[in-house]
Amino acid sequence: MKPYVIIGNGVAAAACIEGIRSIDVKTPITVISEENHPVYCRPLISYYLEGKTDPERMSYRAPDFYEKMKCTVLYGERAVSINKRSKTVVLESGEGIQYSSVCLACGSSPFVPRFEGLENVKEQYSFMTSDDAEALGQALHKDAKVLIVGAGLIGLKCAEGIHGRAGHITVCDLAERVLSSILDTECAGMMQTAMEDAGIEFMLGDSVARFEENKAHMNSGKTVDFDILVLAVGVRANTYLLKDLGGEVGRGIVVNEKMETSVPNIYVAGDCTEGEDITLGGRRVLAIFPNAYLQGHAAGVNMAGGEEICNKGIPMNSIGFFGMHAMTAGSYYGEEDGGECFEERTKNTLKRLFVRDGKLTGFILIGITERAGIYTSLIREQTPLDQVDFEMLKKIASSAAFSQESRRQKFSRPV
Amino acid sequence: MGVEYIYPEFEVIRNENRCITCRVCERQCANEVHSYSPELGIMLADETKCVDCQRCVSLCPTHALKIAKSPCTYRENTNWQNDTIKEIYKQANSGGVLLSSMGNPKPFPVYWDKILINASQVTNPPIDPLREPMETRVFLGKKPEKIERDKKGNLVCKLPPQIELSMPVMFSAMSYGSISYNAHWSLARAATELGIAYNTGEGGLHEDFYAYGPNTIVQVASGRFGVHEDYLMAGAAIEIKMGQGAKPGIGGHLPGEKIVGDVSRTRMIPEGTDAISPAPHHDIYSIEDLRQLVYSLKEATEYKKPVIVKIAAVHNVALIASGIARSGADIIAIDGFRGGTGAAPTRIRDNVGIPIELALAAVDQRLRDEGIRNNVSIVAGGSIRSATDVIKAIALGADACYIATAALLALGCHLCRTCQSGKCNWGIATQRPDLTKRLNPDIGSARLVNLMTAWQHEIKEIIGGMGINSIEALKGNRLMLRGVGLTEKELEILGISHAGE
Amino acid sequence: MKRVYVNEEWCLACHLCEYNCAFANSGHSDMVLALKGKKLYPRIHVEGDEKISYAVSCRHCLDPLCVKSCIAGALSRKEGIIEVDQNKCVGCLTCVLVCPYGALAPNEDGIMQKCELCLKNSAGEPACVAGCPNKAIVYEEREVI
Repeated sequence: MKPYVIIGNGVAAAACIEGIRSIDVKTPITVISEENHPVYCRPLISYYLEGKTDPERMSYRAPDFYEKMKCTVLYGERAVSINKRSKTVVLESGEGIQYSSVCLACGSSPFVPRFEGLENVKEQYSFMTSDDAEALGQALHKDAKVLIVGAGLIGLKCAEGIHGRAGHITVCDLAERVLSSILDTECAGMMQTAMEDAGIEFMLGDSVARFEENKAHMNSGKTVDFDILVLAVGVRANTYLLKDLGGEVGRGIVVNEKMETSVPNIYVAGDCTEGEDITLGGRRVLAIFPNAYLQGHAAGVNMAGGEEICNKGIPMNSIGFFGMHAMTAGSYYGEEDGGECFEERTKNTLKRLFVRDGKLTGFILIGITERAGIYTSLIREQTPLDQVDFEMLKKIASSAAFSQESRRQKFSRPV
Repeated sequence: MGVEYIYPEFEVIRNENRCITCRVCERQCANEVHSYSPELGIMLADETKCVDCQRCVSLCPTHALKIAKSPCTYRENTNWQNDTIKEIYKQANSGGVLLSSMGNPKPFPVYWDKILINASQVTNPPIDPLREPMETRVFLGKKPEKIERDKKGNLVCKLPPQIELSMPVMFSAMSYGSISYNAHWSLARAATELGIAYNTGEGGLHEDFYAYGPNTIVQVASGRFGVHEDYLMAGAAIEIKMGQGAKPGIGGHLPGEKIVGDVSRTRMIPEGTDAISPAPHHDIYSIEDLRQLVYSLKEATEYKKPVIVKIAAVHNVALIASGIARSGADIIAIDGFRGGTGAAPTRIRDNVGIPIELALAAVDQRLRDEGIRNNVSIVAGGSIRSATDVIKAIALGADACYIATAALLALGCHLCRTCQSGKCNWGIATQRPDLTKRLNPDIGSARLVNLMTAWQHEIKEIIGGMGINSIEALKGNRLMLRGVGLTEKELEILGISHAGE
Repeated sequence: MKRVYVNEEWCLACHLCEYNCAFANSGHSDMVLALKGKKLYPRIHVEGDEKISYAVSCRHCLDPLCVKSCIAGALSRKEGIIEVDQNKCVGCLTCVLVCPYGALAPNEDGIMQKCELCLKNSAGEPACVAGCPNKAIVYEEREVI
């Protein structure tokens, strides 16, 4: 009985295991894990540095998870290639593992641009894995000056995580605003202010031209002295396994709604995929946790002969910095793209709802969190806004804006 | 305007140590007594608006509230009592007729409480209802004078139409309009489940409730609201309302603001028009006229439905009943002066009419004396409060009883006696949607069923104690009653002996 | 499995469910001790206006998005009941972002709490249901349609 093979041991992999086991409780599963840890909650590494969690609590599943799921985990192993004719995954060690079907849940890797002099920086860290966090944590001391390159989610979460453990933090980014992939200028400004109030310094629209061991020379001509450098510029999906087979690959491995790749018996899930974003009307890498689970689970079910469709992928993030919370989802279309933006604001909050073709395509909520999932579901379900009381929804997220029948379905029967 | 002479009647007493400012009292008070002060962080109360309906008290989760009668009184005076003074102030203020609701609250004698029930000892031993079958079922309608047989000697069983009741109690007339849809629904469901009957009052029958027709008595009153062929055919019986115990001699008035939506459609009158029931039926000035209406209704319903004539208990009640018994009516309903209402002029409610106990005894005796008792069944109403009131009424001669106030209490009514305001906090005497929804008929009907089931148990136990195993055998059995503290005259009218005799 | 359902035609917007919920989950034996002078963080909340109102608490979905989306592995489904491990939750509110019913909200410390049907507190069965004056909230088995 050839096993199911899962390459990767993150959330998508765990979900894939659970997906398989919801259908097939017998066939063995082999997990190839580069990291020497059971599946853990990667987004928590900043909370770990902050002291809000610890390795034990960060574990995603109970210690007996793999045993109960009848999985063999090969820790510290890396898959280098797949032979689709012999249906074998080849490990770095040269060993081959035969599979009935395989799921690529191999995630992404930090992307490091070529900075001049970077090799001279001794104290440089990525911020992706728990090992990265552990190493960074070891290096930190209360007087340390830290330069974080990248003001995206990873860079800023890192800044918050180490805030109480470093002397000074500077964050630089080539973009003119923080969180440029999920926030527009004004919203980004609000988040930036919250972080600046906490003492974090920003150098935006600026990039490092050249490194010395403890100094960065910026394009603007400024210099930043640092003791520790964190590189959080971005990530790249790990696509090589499929690319080498001639499979269809864009910025991630192209996936359909059944989590199949273009190569038979090879499934894919999580950060390494490029799938449909229903708010975009096209494919996009959706490197977010919920997506990894949903895809992983669907992949597992389909690998085991069941049927599960995963076709409601949208970008979404819920993220807080120093008490200021931002929630975002979907795509924001400006007037030039036929979109319309509705805004509600108070002194400390800002809500933007983006509408196109009579449907909600995206939103940004700063300082507002109540019942945000109702907005998210409007996007996911592509609900025509003429079926709901959108005037009410502009003000508050509430099921009261839906029809009585719709509420009956939601609240008067099992869902 | 000027000085307010009337000090608030009630005090809202809030235990600040227990109040958690959850504001349930505020949300639940349609009279807007309670409010929250964000500045002070406490609840405030405007006691001038309080009617002592106890809704807030009942819903306060920490029992922080009580409503008490204000100890603030005018100077004591046996002749000019506080209420009298207040009423004078009110009329001096408004120039209007005083309005009240529910039953007469004045301290007139309650004869039920001066009548005691017998029980068996040694001879004719008591019956244990847990071990032996007990019959509480009654049939209302004209009964044959004598046994008839055909030529072959077989019994002729052609009875005039009857109402069958599992126990001798019915819910008496309360119109849709005076009470809410949900109150009506609760009554209809409970009556059906219990195998008894409820009464539409003169507001017509909402189309949703035709399904409960076999347990419905449809009323035809002086306004003839909502009366049409289907309506008459829908019910188990038809009641002609000549009068009402709470307001004998006058009609009814449901203000236009309550004639909305379904109420308007059911009454068959335009929205917003006042529903005025005249004091008389304009086609009835004699027993002969009444007979015409009785037979018109019988004709319209193919002689399939018994006809009830309901009158208020007034001075000549026995004579009037005698006339009705000869009019072709099948059942006479007599409503005593303590009966409730949604709105009545206070002076009439408190001063017109006579007690049901005396009226019932007088009517039963008169019909017997005239040999026409079997022409009609008698239903007694007007403040029947318990199973023992029912038993006493049956022993005095009633075939069954009507209850309404007791039924409303089961539905949550706290007898605040401000039905006429239309702001019933218990969702009963109101048409405001936010208030009517407070009465969930699932709860309402279950409580009514509970109440009646409890009474039925008590009735069985008490008549069993008398050695009687069927309620029919108690009817008119005044030997089972004794009076205490009554005058010779009262005993004579009631037809009972004094205790000890 | 028994779940909490709302009948919005009977909801009076009295908000008692919120107070009964907060009390039941407070660990106190007296509501005054539990709630007086405190901001309320109930696991059920009343939505709507004067015309329509209804209480919303966790639907204990058969296929819960919140569990699948929880970045801390703090949410799980055990015997049909969605539970939160507050020890693991970091308060990211991703569950709030994905719950289509708007049923979730954090506690005063920003950590998630949620309706667990009062099965773990001293109430033993949903306090919102027991305290609802009009049976607008019920706890019963209903068929999956």
